[in-house]
Amino acid sequence: MAVEHVERKWGMAVDADKCTGCQACVVSCQAENNIPLNESDHFLQRRAIQWIRIERYWEGEFPEVKARFVPMLCQHCENAPCEPVCPVFATYHNNEGLNVQVYNRCIGTRFCANNDPWNVRFFNFWEPVWPETLRNQLNSDVTVRSRGIMEKCSFCVQRIRRTIREVTREGREVVDGDVTPACVQSCPTNALVFGDLNDSDSEVDKLRKGGRQYRILDHLGTEPSVYYLSKVDPHAVTEEAHA
Amino acid sequence: MQQRPTLTEIEINRDLLRPTLDTPMWFYGLMAFLSIFAAAAIGAFAWAINHGTGVYGLNRPVMWGFLLVNFVFWVGISHAGVMLSAILRLANAEWRRPATRAAEVLTVFALGTAAMHPLFHLGRPWRLYWSMPPGYDFGRGIWPDIRSPFVWDPTAISTYLTSTALFVGLLLIPDLAVLRDHSSGMRQRMYSAMSLGWRGNTRQWKLQIIAGFLLSALILPVFVSVHSIVSWDFAVQIAVEGWNATIFAPYFVIGAVHSGVAGVISILALLRWMFKWENYIRDDHFDALARLMIVVAVAWFYFFIIEFMMGFYPNEEPELSLRNLQLTQWPFNAAFIVFALTSFFIPVPLWLFRKVRRNVALMFWTCVLVNIGMWLERFLIIIPSLMRKQVLTFNWGSYNPSPIELILVGGSFAMVFLGVLTFVKFFPIIPLADAKEGEIMATEIRVGKVMVPAAYREE
Repeated sequence: MAVEHVERKWGMAVDADKCTGCQACVVSCQAENNIPLNESDHFLQRRAIQWIRIERYWEGEFPEVKARFVPMLCQHCENAPCEPVCPVFATYHNNEGLNVQVYNRCIGTRFCANNDPWNVRFFNFWEPVWPETLRNQLNSDVTVRSRGIMEKCSFCVQRIRRTIREVTREGREVVDGDVTPACVQSCPTNALVFGDLNDSDSEVDKLRKGGRQYRILDHLGTEPSVYYLSKVDPHAVTEEAHA
Repeated sequence: MQQRPTLTEIEINRDLLRPTLDTPMWFYGLMAFLSIFAAAAIGAFAWAINHGTGVYGLNRPVMWGFLLVNFVFWVGISHAGVMLSAILRLANAEWRRPATRAAEVLTVFALGTAAMHPLFHLGRPWRLYWSMPPGYDFGRGIWPDIRSPFVWDPTAISTYLTSTALFVGLLLIPDLAVLRDHSSGMRQRMYSAMSLGWRGNTRQWKLQIIAGFLLSALILPVFVSVHSIVSWDFAVQIAVEGWNATIFAPYFVIGAVHSGVAGVISILALLRWMFKWENYIRDDHFDALARLMIVVAVAWFYFFIIEFMMGFYPNEEPELSLRNLQLTQWPFNAAFIVFALTSFFIPVPLWLFRKVRRNVALMFWTCVLVNIGMWLERFLIIIPSLMRKQVLTFNWGSYNPSPIELILVGGSFAMVFLGVLTFVKFFPIIPLADAKEGEIMATEIRVGKVMVPAAYREE
């Protein structure tokens, strides 16, 4: 099957300076992507599924303590370490720079989850269940994952597809700002910026060349597509810049 | 003092075919006892299929647990077979004779049991065939990704399992012919079909010996590759700092030989006690195997020290936190002490003494200790590394095995022993032909004033 050549490479910029740790992105992702409810025992068993999560790190000694928030989601790496270890091609890179997961192919070796340095791949240990009252809340654009398979952030690929469809119908090209994943849409401080990294006019491309950018675990050479912007804080410990 | 009783062929046949032709009653009791555990393991797996992978204690980030530890352990045990059988056959070592088939049979059943663990461990076990060489689902466009070690793994293990089973079967043919001549009815028909018309003429012997040598030489590379590939399941993972080491392949291979030969010694001691085979599995054999163990253990320990110390060299946070976890935190510190003592510091100094090497009970228990230690070694490599994957401390986690996993691990031991015992029931576990050949080759030579047992060698 011939693959259409697309000059797009989706990416995100996460401004650590603007993140307040409010978790709005976590909740909107939960609702958009049919993620089962994370009850307390899911967290206690360390099996909660959150495609995006807020990692909280404490910095400094008491009483000079600061909480640092790092929104963590799939980094959609160019050289994704999770991809080559899958024996059945259940995860691969598509032509728009997305690291995509094929639920039907996954056999549940959990190899990708181990070889994922950010721990942003999630395993369905149980069949997901929703309370009866939430049945109608499920997003019909997104597959409900069965047990025994991996899932992860898709950069809301269903929204990307819908936007491209609508824009094509209007007879124009996709421009910056057309596509917004749920987390980006819900961020009250605009800490998350999504766009095409190959488009030099896009906001995300400007931010990632703005001078504050860094990538988490960059030394592993996986070329993540998620750029973080370091805190602008006169009191910040400089270590954060290469966290 | 080496003693070497002279045995006639009739005595050899009678003694070595005893478990096959007149099986003692306790044997069936033992089989039934082991079957309970094996059945419990199958029940536990059925439970896991029915309820989901959540019944295991796995979580994020520890996605691989006791089942993978046990998988590596059994693949390790399976390395004894070829190590002893093929290398010693090619080297024409006289003392290999009683040990070879027990080692090969242990290989077959340990490897078969190991091969079941990925099945237990999968999220959707009914799709395992998508990653297995004979089962690729090309019809549905499911291609295996040959970059994945989980494609290399089934390929290597199925090659090893097939070639070892072939090896056992080939070397069994002359003994099957003896069994055919000593049995009647249904069993005789079975044995005569399996002995493939063996008459024991010169041409058949020649072909059988040549085939044995060829297979030995061909299996050796497979033997090295299997555990290298098992180690690459871990070593290729850049995300897990504790695993991403180039030394893993030789380290795992030598570790596998260490635990595997210890496993064979334990099995041989058990066989000697169960069937009173003092004249066949003699103290000399334990002596020779223990000397081999000393060499293997020291080589393995060298790799262990290198792997362990190299972790400190880069002075990187994940490696240091991993060593901190392994050495100072409960229960890993206790596991580490037990591992260091049982896999090296207790057995190896003991084996330096001739009296210990020739004491079957001591050899049995030191070898059991080695395998306890080697199980813990795999545990200490696999679990703590996953608990401390990277510097992101927010994601550091822990792992507790669930009862289901413990039943599966326990059941795997029952399955291996059950497999070996079933083999013992139907086939001679000590090669009759080899024992007889050993008798013919045996001689005595005069060294100074004493007569020393020796063996002729065919050049």
